[in-house]
Parts: sequence; C-alpha cells; structure tokens
Amino acid sequence: MSTTTDPDPGPTETSVPAAGARSLTGLLRGLDWRRYIIYIGFVVVFAVFAVTLGDRGFVSSNNLLNIFRQAATISIIAVGVTFVISCAEIDLSVGSVAGLASVCTAMAISTWGIVAGILAGLAVGVVVGAINGTLVSMLNIPSFLVTLGMLGMAAGVAQWITDSAPQPILDDTFNLIFGGGNFGPIPGLLVWMALFVALGAVVLAKTRFGRQVLATGGNRIAAEFSGVRTRRIKFQVMLLSAVVASVAGMLYAGRLESGRFQWGAGDELSAIAAVILGGTSLFGGYGTVIGTLFGSLMISLINNGLILAGLETSQQQVVRGAIIILAVALARRK
Amino acid sequence: MSSEEGAAASPREGRDAAVRRRGINKSFDGVRVLTDVDFEVRRGEVHALAGGNGAGKSTLMKILQGVYSLDAGEIEIDGRPVQLSSIQDARAAGIGMVFQEFSLVPTLTVAQNISLGVEPLGRMGLIRDREAARRAREVFAEMGVDVDPRAVVGDLGTAYWQLTEIAKALSQQARVLIMDEPTASLAKHEADTLFELVGRLTQRGISVIYISHRMEEVYRIADRITILRDGRRLLTGPLTEVTPEQIVQGIVGKEIEGQMSYQQRNAGGDAGEPVLELRDVTAGPRVQSISFTVARGEIVGLAGLMGSGRTELARVLFGIDPIRSGSLRLRGAELRLQGPQDAIRAGIALIPEDRRAQGLILDHSVRENLTLPLLGRMRRGPLLDDRKGRALARGLIERFKVKVADPDKPVRRLSGGNQQKVVIAKWLGTDPQILVMDEPTAGVDIGTKNEILAAIRSLADQGMAVLVISSEYPELLAVSDRVVVLRNGRVHRQLDRAEIPDENHLQLVVQGA
Repeated sequence: MSTTTDPDPGPTETSVPAAGARSLTGLLRGLDWRRYIIYIGFVVVFAVFAVTLGDRGFVSSNNLLNIFRQAATISIIAVGVTFVISCAEIDLSVGSVAGLASVCTAMAISTWGIVAGILAGLAVGVVVGAINGTLVSMLNIPSFLVTLGMLGMAAGVAQWITDSAPQPILDDTFNLIFGGGNFGPIPGLLVWMALFVALGAVVLAKTRFGRQVLATGGNRIAAEFSGVRTRRIKFQVMLLSAVVASVAGMLYAGRLESGRFQWGAGDELSAIAAVILGGTSLFGGYGTVIGTLFGSLMISLINNGLILAGLETSQQQVVRGAIIILAVALARRK
Repeated sequence: MSSEEGAAASPREGRDAAVRRRGINKSFDGVRVLTDVDFEVRRGEVHALAGGNGAGKSTLMKILQGVYSLDAGEIEIDGRPVQLSSIQDARAAGIGMVFQEFSLVPTLTVAQNISLGVEPLGRMGLIRDREAARRAREVFAEMGVDVDPRAVVGDLGTAYWQLTEIAKALSQQARVLIMDEPTASLAKHEADTLFELVGRLTQRGISVIYISHRMEEVYRIADRITILRDGRRLLTGPLTEVTPEQIVQGIVGKEIEGQMSYQQRNAGGDAGEPVLELRDVTAGPRVQSISFTVARGEIVGLAGLMGSGRTELARVLFGIDPIRSGSLRLRGAELRLQGPQDAIRAGIALIPEDRRAQGLILDHSVRENLTLPLLGRMRRGPLLDDRKGRALARGLIERFKVKVADPDKPVRRLSGGNQQKVVIAKWLGTDPQILVMDEPTAGVDIGTKNEILAAIRSLADQGMAVLVISSEYPELLAVSDRVVVLRNGRVHRQLDRAEIPDENHLQLVVQGA
C-alpha cells in the first residue's frame, strides 16, 4: 500500500481520460478486478455447470428460473443487510424477523383480513428494527450482540404465540401478491426481488442517505465531524434491515400459504455470505447492492448445480462452504 | 535490571557511552527526515531530546526502538555495533520505552503485564503466577516504589500505569529508557516521585532519554540536551551551559522565511465586528470559563501546551462536546449546538487535528470526501446528482490547488500535504463564516505549509473569522492578529500581535516561565 503517490503529471491511464486514447490493456489495469470477482466467478461457475451438467437440464429455462426463484428471498433480505454491513454493523436477527413476520401476518389475516395482515407483518419489522436501532445507536451496544439476542427473542416469540403450529393463510389475494403468483411468464417473486434490488442499489449509490451510510461505515468519526448524524444513520440502517426482512417473511408466507416460525431460520448466514461474496466490505465503507444480488445468485447457482450433480446434502455443504471461502479470499482487498 | 549491569563500561572507544549513534540518515518516500544525526547517551545519564514538530525526534526514537530501520549510519550500544531491525532486537539490546500512550493491557494485573511475553513457566508449561508476582515485587522494590503486583491495571491511576511500564522495561533488563512526555498526564506530586525514581535509576547506571517540552523539568533532571531541527542535530551540550533561550530558539527555528513572517493586515483587531463570542464557556475540566471574541476578518491564534484545552475548546465550538455553562454567540445571537450539523448550519467549520482519523475517509475517493458535507447541494429530487458532485469537487480542487490526478481515486493515495488540502478544501466548500483550524499544517511539507498559511490569510481577507490552533509558534505568529494563550483549560493571557516580539517570548508565556 503506497502511502504517498506523488501525483506527478505523468501520463497514467487514469489521468488521461481522453476518449479513444486508452488501450484495452490500460483499461484492464485500471480496473480494480477484485471488486468484480463475483461477476467473474459467477460466469466461471455458470460455464462449468453448463458444460458438465448440460445434459442434466442445467441450462433449461425452467432450471434457470428455479435458480432465480431460490435466490429471491435471500437476496431481498441481503439488500437490507448490505446497508447494515456497509455501515460497519451487522444484523443477525433478519432470519427470525422473517419468521415472526410470517406468523404475525398469517394470524392477522385470519382474524382481520389482508390489510391488517400486511400491516402486522410490517409492524414486526418496525418494532424489531427500532429496538435494534435504539440499542445500537443510543446505548452503543455492539450490533452483533443486540441482534444475536434478538435472533433468539424473535424466533421464540414466533414459536410461543403459535404454539409451534403452522398458521395457514387462506386469503388468495395475499398469496397471489406475495410470491405465489406470476406476472405473465415471470414469477411474482422475481418481480419483488428486482424491485428491492433496484431500489436498494439506487438508494445506496445515489442518495444522500446511502452516501452517509458509506461514510459512517468508512470512518464514523470523520463522518460525524463532517456533519453526518451517525447515530441516526445507524438507527436507520437497523430499522431498514428489519423492515426488509419482514417483507421477506411475508413473501415466505405468501409462497408457502402459511406462517411458520421456521420460515427464514438460518437466512441471516446466507444473506451475510451473499453480501460479502458480492464485494461489500465486512469492515464497512464500501457496499454494492448489485454485487449482493450476484452473491445470492451465486449461492443459489452452486446449490442448484450440486443437487443436479447428484451430491448428497452433506457433500453439498462442504463444497458450498469451500467455494464461499475461496471467493471471499480472492475478493479480499489488502 | 540485570544483576551485573554495573560492570565497567566497554574498554573500547565507547568509554562511558551507553548508546552511540553516528551519521543516522532516514528518508520516507524520498523525503529526508534525518540527516547525519550523531547522538550519544552516556551511561547513567539523563539526556534530554528537544525539537519542534517534524524535527525528527520521534523518528530517531523509533529507530532506536527498532520500529524503523535506518538508511545509513550505525548504532552502538555499550560499544558494540548493533542491528536493530525489530522491536525484539531493541529490547534484547537493552532499550526500553515508556510509551506516551501506555502499552499495557488494562484487564490484566500489574504482574501479568510486567511478565507479558516472558511469563515464568513451570513444568507442563503452565504459567507460575506466584513467581511472576514475586519478580514484579522485586523490581518495584529496586525502584523503591510501592505497587501491588496483583492489582488490575485498569483499576489504577495513570501514575501507576507509568510505574508499571517502567518496571516492565526494567524487568526485561533495559539499560536505556526512553521517556516521551512522561509527565503529561501526571499530577505535580506524581511527577516528583517520577523524578526521584529517575535519579535512583541513573545511579544504577541506567540511562534515560527524556523527551519533554517542559523547560523546568528538563533543567531539573537532565544532564545534557540534544536539540534537533529539520532532521539535523543543532547542538548537544550540558544543561549547565545551554540557556533556556537557546533551547527555545533551537526548537522554534528562525530560518523559515517568506510566508512565515507576519504581515500586518488591515482587517482584524477592532476593525471588524465580533462574529464569534465566547462568554464563560465551560465544558469539562479542560474548558473552564473561557471568554474571548473573534472578529470578522480576524485571525486569532490559540496557543497552549498539550492538554491545555485547545483541542477540547475546538470540539466545543463545533458542537461535538456540549457546553455546561456560559454561552456561545454568533453575531450577538446565542448559539445552541446539539452536534456538528448545527455548527455547520451556523456557518462554523472545523479542520480537525487528526486528518486520518477525523478529517477523511481514507478509502473513499477524493471526490466523495470533498462532497460529504455538501450532499445537500448535490440533490436532484431524491437522488444525488453525480455531475453536480463532480463539478463541485473540481471547483474545490482548483480553488485550493490540490494535486490530484484522478478525483475518483482513494484519498489514501495522496501525500500528507495534499490530504490536508483536501480536508481544508472540503470545509471551504461549505462557505463557512467561522473557520476553526486545529494544527492545520501538522505533518505537511514546508511548501504546502506556506500555501496553507497564505490561504488562511486570504480567507480572512475575504471576511472569514479564523481561529488557528497550533503548537508551532512561528506559524502561529505568522498568521495571527491576536493570540489567546490557554493554560489548564483557562485563558491565561490574551496578547495582540504587536505585544509579542518573537517566538521566544510566546514560548515563555505559554510555558509560564
């Protein structure tokens, strides 16, 4: 790492952005390829599976759609987690928040109807997010501990209020909107995913809030000194993450036509893996929602390929873990 | 302290020299930091090391500690040439450092800290805690101080931390102790204890390299002094022959010309209306009932020793720390600051002391850093307009002549001087009425320093009220129309520029001599 690069007026490829003057090699050298490792990796893994598993239907449109569908909920949760990690915090409670939201939505629908159901689901996100956010930003308790505790509490509440029983949802409109239906040939779940990814990408990269999240994660003190209300930003990302997770919970509920405390269990780890795979810095300050999308697609792609390859669940876990470690190691910035 | 360390000094030419360094040269990235420095510490001597910021003191000490390697020159310890290429080498060679920020683990006991890394092990490789405590007690007995080895360090006061540090160094057979501003956080009687301890240590043949800005201490305990300036040795001599004026002049330096001389400006003094007014501002122990004003177009310098409350006052002015009592007035209207964002809105900008920790997000690009306080101006609907951001950044870069090849590259890659310019440019972008600068030229080269000083003057000429905090008196006197001297969190003196004949005078006022 060079501490001082004398910015002499030498003709480096970056200081001369004259059109057409750049050679392709210069362009490639200028690229921080580690940032794009997820896209390269995605293409490579896809190509390998396409060649080796082509005869088992890997490239069929049905299978490809499946890969997307399996990635959808995780990638929505991971969009929220991208903000949290960019801000140098963590949220381990997203999986159980999704479960609790699915349960509350289901119970509210059966009593008061669809609108109340949706509001109940969102309320779970707002309440949990506000508690997480307050503890992290006002009381300065590390988010790891706060959300680790919340992970257990939300799951416990979900199990408690339902007596561990699944809560069926009979409202067809709800099930249709939240993940069960299709928009023409496109599964509704993918529309939700596209919506959240697009919104998240724009908010993180193109709004004042997003820039302040990255600044807070990059150097909290410098951000505070620059007039960023870093406590408020931390509160907001924790809130955002929980609300997004509660929407994911409703998508579980709609697709599976029931609310269950198990929905989403363990999703926090998949979401964090997707975020880190996508290139967001675990130490905060740099984040990419599009990268996160590809991170979760990558995980889904690997799962799908390994199943088609006929590996057993136990073997799948080993290979998946190894690929994730490898990808993160390659993407690691010095 | 080894059992035989009292043995006669090496018979070679080193005679009674504990440490001898000849022709030390050190450069960082092509910038010479030390040039042909000779430095010798005699056995049992207290050797003071003085010099202004950037004189090379800390580099010299880091070389001795094995943190930096040298480019040229040699080091002898007890007459034997040594290669100090790591901290372990330096420790093995008998050099101990009493750190300015203490290097102890607060959750461990005194004895555990002292034996850290060299724990006495029994059979089975288990740590013999009782043996460690016994050794610690032994060292404290030799030092003649009373510290309980079983006390947890975090529960003890800073004076005990320091004693533990010293004991740690001594238990590792240190024969040369480096003390960097050891009294900075000590009360008067604790400092006295320390001086007595230093006296006892030197009688045992241990040498002490003593770094301090406090003149009275240097005269009280040091035998000889070496003054460094701009990476060269200015003089070495016994304190019986060196006068305080010589030391001050040596530290302050005279040869910096051009921007470094004060230019009478028509603004300032009683010419401008007061923009910022402090009335009995109190906030914590280091900001005690401080009152003064800064007028439109005026540059007020804030001087004082480390810990006198300068930085703390800057934090209060920028809304980072709350005011307990007293008031802050902007153009006569009372100002209540809940946080930096209120200060920014009121037109106050702070160039913080530590640009790497407080001023910049090093991994973010120059453009992102420059526009961080200006995001409100880059809006187009709910989104940020990056074209506006680019234009804003380009304007600031040009206005402040920051040398940047590509504003989209991380600010980390710029030189220190250019990084500092980015910090300043970032704040000028907010068009402040009041600019508070904490050590604005720390760690920048002389060329950039001159540019920054020129910029400060031109900003004041445009009507900005500027408050400059600096430990470098030539720089302070070069720009200030008035100097407020802080001491122990209170205003000690307020001097018009005309009342200060030279740096020596200011130095004496600051040090209370």
